[in-house]
Amino acid sequence: MARTLSAPVTVAFDYTRSTGPVLGRFLTGLRDGVLVAGRTSEGEVVVPPLEFDPVTHQATSDFVEVAPVGTVTSWTWVPEPVKGQPLDRPFAFALVTLDGATRPLLHAVDVSSPEEMSTGMRVRVRWAEERQGAITDIAAFEPDPGGDGVATTAPGTDEPVTGVVTPVALDYNYAASPEESAFYRGLNEGRIVGQRCPACQKVYIPPRSACPADGTPTAEEVELSQTGTVTTFCIVNVPFLGQKITPPYVSAYVLLDGADIAVLHLILGIPAEEVRMGMRVKAVWKPREEWAFSLENIDHFAPTGEPDADYDTYKQHL
Amino acid sequence: MGKQPAAIVGVGQTHHKAKRTDVSMAGLCREAIDRALADAGMGLDDIDAIVVGKAPDLFEGVMMPELFLAEALGAAGKPLLRVHTAGSVGGSTAIVASSLVQAGVHKRVLTVAYEKQSESNAMWALSVPLPFNMPVHAGAGGYFAPHVRSYIRRSNAPTHVGAIVAAKDRNNALKNPYAHLHNEGTTVESVLASQMLWDPIRYDETCPSSDGACALVIVDEDTAAASPNPAWIHGTVMRSEATTAAERDQVNPQASRDAAAALWKQAGITSPIDEIDAAEIYVPFSWFEPMWLESLGFAAEGDGWRLTESGATAMDGRIPVNCSGGVLSSNPIGASGMLRFGEAALQVRGAAGEHQVDGARKALGHAYGGGSQFFAMWVVGSEKPSS
Repeated sequence: MARTLSAPVTVAFDYTRSTGPVLGRFLTGLRDGVLVAGRTSEGEVVVPPLEFDPVTHQATSDFVEVAPVGTVTSWTWVPEPVKGQPLDRPFAFALVTLDGATRPLLHAVDVSSPEEMSTGMRVRVRWAEERQGAITDIAAFEPDPGGDGVATTAPGTDEPVTGVVTPVALDYNYAASPEESAFYRGLNEGRIVGQRCPACQKVYIPPRSACPADGTPTAEEVELSQTGTVTTFCIVNVPFLGQKITPPYVSAYVLLDGADIAVLHLILGIPAEEVRMGMRVKAVWKPREEWAFSLENIDHFAPTGEPDADYDTYKQHL
Repeated sequence: MGKQPAAIVGVGQTHHKAKRTDVSMAGLCREAIDRALADAGMGLDDIDAIVVGKAPDLFEGVMMPELFLAEALGAAGKPLLRVHTAGSVGGSTAIVASSLVQAGVHKRVLTVAYEKQSESNAMWALSVPLPFNMPVHAGAGGYFAPHVRSYIRRSNAPTHVGAIVAAKDRNNALKNPYAHLHNEGTTVESVLASQMLWDPIRYDETCPSSDGACALVIVDEDTAAASPNPAWIHGTVMRSEATTAAERDQVNPQASRDAAAALWKQAGITSPIDEIDAAEIYVPFSWFEPMWLESLGFAAEGDGWRLTESGATAMDGRIPVNCSGGVLSSNPIGASGMLRFGEAALQVRGAAGEHQVDGARKALGHAYGGGSQFFAMWVVGSEKPSS
């Protein structure tokens, strides 16, 4: 058995970028099948245009159209394209100085082998079949002659482009520490196992590997009670993107008997408005066949029916 | 050798809004920068170094945005630093910038902080479920609401005090043309009638989600001589603490109390409530006003709500708090701390416009972040510090 537990996580969001007027002009041009460059105060012609001039620092306001044809000034071969790259087959990334520009644009050149690439070669834009105001409106460059580089379809709108949607997804493996892994394994056996700091004697749940207060490594395991006290809580009434529990629900700090730090969990089995600070609660487990290595094995905490804990017994945990 | 004197001679900010879809991130920063430079009577070429701050990268999904922003910020050929301390970042960024001047390393430092919340969803970004754990997190409001409840219990505060803060700050914002929210007619009653989001925090007791930026120009003594109204830095302090230590005081964190004590000592202040003329305190949820009043030493422990309830924190009160409308009226997260620091500077420069406190000579700028684990604060004054 591996020493630590891990599980895949995907964090993904479609970010909505505001382009601002300068990059918006460039992207509007792409949608319309033309390449818009910006002229700097020193006469450089740059594609995409710089938002601000590198010398005067003023917003770029001098725009010129450049040709969809240019010269490769440098390149590198991509033998194994990965997801999200311009082409799904081997291709070259190249710096292409378009005719009329003085600075190169980075894009893909669609050829079948590196032998077909050379610095100084002439290339043309191959437009995407549907253009929407994004850098991907240029599907790729291809060797000249490979078409006239003129866009053949008209744009569907004449509204300027002001934004782009940028989907970002991170896929990674979340690895629990050895101490946390022991905690989650305990949960898979119906036990709640914390650790005691050998220096300050505080019992942590989940165990932290090192005491957050004094940095001492922790090793001694302590099995905790399944009952505890609600120190404080809030009632979540607000829905939000990615939410796993349907509101309203009570998110509460539960100080398990024998622990020195409260753990955040869900309170059920009582109307939300009747939940109280000091309320005594017990862990209510999911059916055993649903258990996993997770704090979610405890479905929620529910009132024990005992009298509320005295404020003085938990006030130092607020 | 001690610290060199340093002063704020330029303050700039954007008109904060829910969605600034008309500008890019770079354009947003430049709006604030250009206003700060104009205020200072300088151009980007006069600047020696640039310090940029913003909240977590996940908020806009751009890793290390300072790299792509460098050219637009005028940083080519100059030192560019990025600071990151969650919600307090605007404050700690200003402190890092000021320390470059106080250390004698640079004479003219530009600092800028921003957030473009419309490009993402901060509530989502702060609540991404982790494997093995219980998915009960519910954004910043969900995090802080239980601690607000603890404060109410601990101090026996009447439950309408949060609404007093919200109504005050929203009305103050009407005097600030840059504020995001201009909600006419906000009253304690209307706040109390608003929806309960994270009980005990109501909708109107919560900060908005804003796009915005703030920039400051911080300079040495010689450069400040050319300014008609420099805001002199009398003290700067940052403190951090562990988020999850057992028995950590979540209502009045040790790091906050320690930072405040060190700040008053540095600034030569013995009675904050008597010596500070205006305070810009980081209050993203209304109840944090009385909480921080206590932690900062403006009121004894348990008495912060009494100060608020008495009207002492109103613009004409004994200790005006958040005359700009505060975080409750504009919250471009990364910039929110710098806005507090910048608004404090505007007060002692006599440049706060309609929300100016008459004759303000010393002001506090304050920010906190993370799970109340990062603190940044400064005192600025109209006079050069004596030592």
